[in-house]
Amino acid sequence: MTTSPPILRRAGDNPALLGLVGLLGFGALLEILPRVGVLPAEYFPPTSKIVSALVDEFGRAGFWRAVAGTVTTWLIGLTIAVVAGIVLGIVIGSIPALRLATASTIEFLRPIPSVALLPLAIVLFSAPVRSILLLVVYASFWQVLIQVLHGVTDVDPVARETAASYRLGRWRQARYLVWPTTLPYAMTGIRLAAAVALVLTITGELLIGGTKGIGEEINVAQSSIAVPSMYALIVVAGLIGLLANLATRRAERIVLAWHPSVRRELPL
Amino acid sequence: MTRTLGRIALVLGLPAILLVTWWFASAGSTSFYQPPLETIVKVFPDTWTAARFKSDVVPSLIRLFIGYGLALVVGIGLGVLIGANRRLRSLLEPILEFLRAIPPPVLVPILILIAGIGNPTKVLVIVVGGVWPVLLNTVEGVRGVDDVLSDTCRSYKIHGWLRIRTFILRAASPQIVVGARQALSICIIMMVIGELLGATDGLGYTVVEFQRGFQIPEMWSGVFVLGLLGVLLSLAFTLVERRVLNWYHGARAAERSGH
Repeated sequence: MTTSPPILRRAGDNPALLGLVGLLGFGALLEILPRVGVLPAEYFPPTSKIVSALVDEFGRAGFWRAVAGTVTTWLIGLTIAVVAGIVLGIVIGSIPALRLATASTIEFLRPIPSVALLPLAIVLFSAPVRSILLLVVYASFWQVLIQVLHGVTDVDPVARETAASYRLGRWRQARYLVWPTTLPYAMTGIRLAAAVALVLTITGELLIGGTKGIGEEINVAQSSIAVPSMYALIVVAGLIGLLANLATRRAERIVLAWHPSVRRELPL
Repeated sequence: MTRTLGRIALVLGLPAILLVTWWFASAGSTSFYQPPLETIVKVFPDTWTAARFKSDVVPSLIRLFIGYGLALVVGIGLGVLIGANRRLRSLLEPILEFLRAIPPPVLVPILILIAGIGNPTKVLVIVVGGVWPVLLNTVEGVRGVDDVLSDTCRSYKIHGWLRIRTFILRAASPQIVVGARQALSICIIMMVIGELLGATDGLGYTVVEFQRGFQIPEMWSGVFVLGLLGVLLSLAFTLVERRVLNWYHGARAAERSGH
């Protein structure tokens, strides 16, 4: 009996199936360990309890309002950061003197941890949503800006000289030369920014409170020591993150359908 | 000489202009929440005394370094294991994708519930946030090692620890460094969040105490300290990275000039 049974061997070659086995195994492990007492059940509720708490949440109107609140704050913050990042990135990137003059300031401001601004955000705005948005925009803006700055300077010299020979004006150069070069970089920046913005949105809700959102719901669940609900909400936060990631990847493929990096992946 | 002066002007010009603008724009400010920059600078030495550093900044930094160190060790260790084993990788990939998608701060309430609000929790919070970028980048790095080099190692019968140390970690190090850099900024954020949600000392705790006590200039000075910490650590990381990846940047530069 040295050969493994055919089903197992096929599973070993199929990453999707193995992944599913992994997920189910992970769920089963978290069901069994608290039940047999290896993990304390009051803090690690078995998977079935988390799932039933999750189903309860799905039936609650307040839960969906919280999801809508989180997604709205996230999208507003992300949009502001992306627009500001792209516009400033292209302006700064295409004027060398400006790029040199701002480099040190950007290098200094970028590593400032966004939560350091939390107390400022709280005292500067009376509306919690605005405080959260300040954190979200600050954290995600740099992701876009840095990528766009890289992109603008990556214009192919031959293409640039060709554009110059054809006497393309400043505006048309920006439209037909700089923009297509920058777009893949900008999309990477947007993907990174989307993840960061979501983390900061939920963190802001958790720490500042006072808005409808998943973070706030977690706070409520914590203060009423509803442990399975807390886990269920954490799972929801993870699912939103996963969906956000998928959505930005999808958008990247659609927007960059013409770009060699995406076209190459298509089977011929 | 003029070129050096020009470069210094470029580096310091804009920050100087911004600071001077802030100084004069806020000079007559009577707004309670936006005190003049002059006031903030004046309270700075009284607020961040040596005693304060010892009681709040040092404990924060110790927790940060322990947490970051653990995140690196766990992330690289598991990453090498998962990256080197194809089946293990496909088995764990969906779980890791999901766990990574969870915003780390939401785990803080659970961790506090489980382990209280002592130092271990605060370190754990930092590890939980920082481990993912290290782990996933290590997996990618190990997966992407050069096949020819891998076969060469096998022909020379280089196995086990020697193979990991001299080949796998080396080959994956550019990716691992990318992960380590992301992890550093996440760890700083998690350090602050861990202290906001239940602590009795620390940098984040102090700043929030100032905010709650409406000591606004002191709070602004605390934000400066946190920002400065982020900047200094990022600078230190760049210096370490340059040393560790010296060979890599050299090879890349040679490759580029060869074309």
